[in-house]
Amino acid sequence: MGSGRLYLAVAVGGFRRYASYRAATAAGVFTNTVFGLILVYTYLALWEEKPGLGGYDQAQAVTYVWLGQCLYATLAIQGGGAEKDLMERIRTGEIAVDLYRPVDLQVWWLAGDVGRALFQMLGRGVVPFVFGWLFFPMALPTEVTVWAAFAVTLLLATVVSFAIRYLAALSVFWLMDGMGVGQVLMITGVFFSGMVLPLNAFPGVYGDVVRVLPWAAQIQMPADVLMGEAEPLGAFAFQAAWAVALLALGRLVQSAATRRVVVQGG
Amino acid sequence: MGERSVVAEGLRAYWLIAGMWVRAGMTYRASFVATMVGNLVMTGMDFVGILLMFSQVDSLGGWSLPEVALLYGLSVTSFGIADLVLGSMDVLGARMRDGSFDTLLVRPAPVLAQVGADRFAVRRLGRVVQGTVVLGWALASVDVDWSVPKVLLVPVMVLSGAAIFSAVFVAGAAFQIFAQDAAEVQNAFTYGGTTLLQYPPSVFGKDLVRGATFVLPLAFVNWVPAAYLLGRPYPIGLPSWAAFVSPLVAVVCCALAGLAWRTGLRSYRSTGS
Repeated sequence: MGSGRLYLAVAVGGFRRYASYRAATAAGVFTNTVFGLILVYTYLALWEEKPGLGGYDQAQAVTYVWLGQCLYATLAIQGGGAEKDLMERIRTGEIAVDLYRPVDLQVWWLAGDVGRALFQMLGRGVVPFVFGWLFFPMALPTEVTVWAAFAVTLLLATVVSFAIRYLAALSVFWLMDGMGVGQVLMITGVFFSGMVLPLNAFPGVYGDVVRVLPWAAQIQMPADVLMGEAEPLGAFAFQAAWAVALLALGRLVQSAATRRVVVQGG
Repeated sequence: MGERSVVAEGLRAYWLIAGMWVRAGMTYRASFVATMVGNLVMTGMDFVGILLMFSQVDSLGGWSLPEVALLYGLSVTSFGIADLVLGSMDVLGARMRDGSFDTLLVRPAPVLAQVGADRFAVRRLGRVVQGTVVLGWALASVDVDWSVPKVLLVPVMVLSGAAIFSAVFVAGAAFQIFAQDAAEVQNAFTYGGTTLLQYPPSVFGKDLVRGATFVLPLAFVNWVPAAYLLGRPYPIGLPSWAAFVSPLVAVVCCALAGLAWRTGLRSYRSTGS
C-alpha cells in the first residue's frame, strides 16, 4: 500500500501547512465566535416568535448555529481550501507539473484538503462550538454511537464539499481566471449550505429544492444526525451518493480538461 | 505645512491613486461588470436571509419587516460607503509581510491615503447600491410620522454611519501593524458590525447592546437614531437627544482611530526583506 502512505503524507502536509498560521487561526476563532453570537441571538428571537420552526426547538437552533460556525472554515463554505491553490496552479500553468506526477490528481488534492479540514476543525472550529456549549443551552446527545455517526457525516461532508470545489476549480481550465467562479462558490456555499438559515426552515418549494442539493450534505445532514433529527443511514446514503456522483463528474471533467486544454504558461 | 494642507494633499493623493485603479479595472470590462453584479448578489444574500425569516414570522424582536429593512438599509449603505473608500485596508497585513508597505512610506504622500486607495475597486459600489435600494423601499414602507428633524436624520445617519465604520477600518489597520497575521480579527468588527446592526437591538442581550452603544459605539450608525425615528424604545434607557449625537460620535471615533493609526505607524518595524 505505497500509494496509501503517499496520500496520508499529503494529508499530513495539508494539516501542518494550515497549523503553521497560529495568529491567523486565533483571529479566525475570534471572528467565528462573534458571528456565532450575533446569529444565536437572531435565531433565539426567530424561534421565540415561531417555536418549532423547521422541526427544531430553541436548543436545537442554538446547536445548529454553533455547528455552522464550527464547520464554516472546516468545509470552506465560502471557498478558500484546496480549490484556491488549484485554480492558481491552472491559471499560472504550474498544473503541468502536477499532471506529470505519478499520482492521481483528484485524490492528491482531496488528501490535502482533508488534512486542511481536519486542522480547521480542531484548531478553529472546536473553540467557538465549546464557547456556545458553555454559554447557551444546546441539544447535544450523550450516546457515543450518535457522536460516532456524526463523525462519519463530517467526513462525508468534507468529501462532498471538496468535490463541489474541485469541479469549480477545474472550470478554470476553460475560463482562465477563477475570480468569477470563486464568487459563485461563495454565494452558493453560504446560501445553499444553510449558513443563513437552516435548510429545514426554508419555506415551501424552495425548501424542498435546497434540501436535495449537494450543499445539504454539508451542515444540515451532520446537524440533523447529531441532534437525532435524521436517521444516520439515510444521511450517509444521501451524502455518499452526492460524493460519488460529484467525484465521478470531477474525473470526467478532469480527463476532458487534460486531453483538450492547452496548458498556460510560457 | 499646516494640518489643512495635509488633508488636502491626502485627498489629492487618494483621488489620483483611486483613479489609477479605476482605469486599470476598466481595462477588463466584462470582468468588471461580472464582479459588480456578483458583488450586488453576494451582499444581497443577507437580505434574502431576512426575507426568508420573515416568510415564517411577522416580526422579529417586535420589529416588522419594513422596520428591520430600515436597519438593514442604513447599516449596509453606510458600511458600503466605508468599504468603498477604505475597504482595501485588510490587505495591509499582507503588504507588511512581503515588505511592500515600505514602498508606501517613502512616497511623498500621506500613507493613510495610499493604503485606503490601494486596489480601489468600483465593484464595491454593488453593496452601496443594494443597501440604498433596500433603504429606499424601507423608507417608503415604514409607518413614521415624518417631521423636518426626522427627514434630516436620514442622511445624517448614513454619513455618520459611514464615518463610524471608516474609523473601525482605520483602527483595524492600525491593529494589523501590531498583529500582522491576525487581519481576520478586523472582520469581526467590520463585517460582524454591519451584520449585528441589520437586526433589531431588542433581539440581543442587554450587555451586548451596552457594549455596542458605549464601548464600540456602532449603535449610533442606526440602532439609536432609527429607534427614535420609528418611535420604538431602545432596550437600554437613553435620553431622546441621543438620537442626534451620531455625528459627534463619528467625529470622536475618527479622531481616536487617527490617533491609533499614527501610533501604529510610528511603531512600525519593517521585515527588512
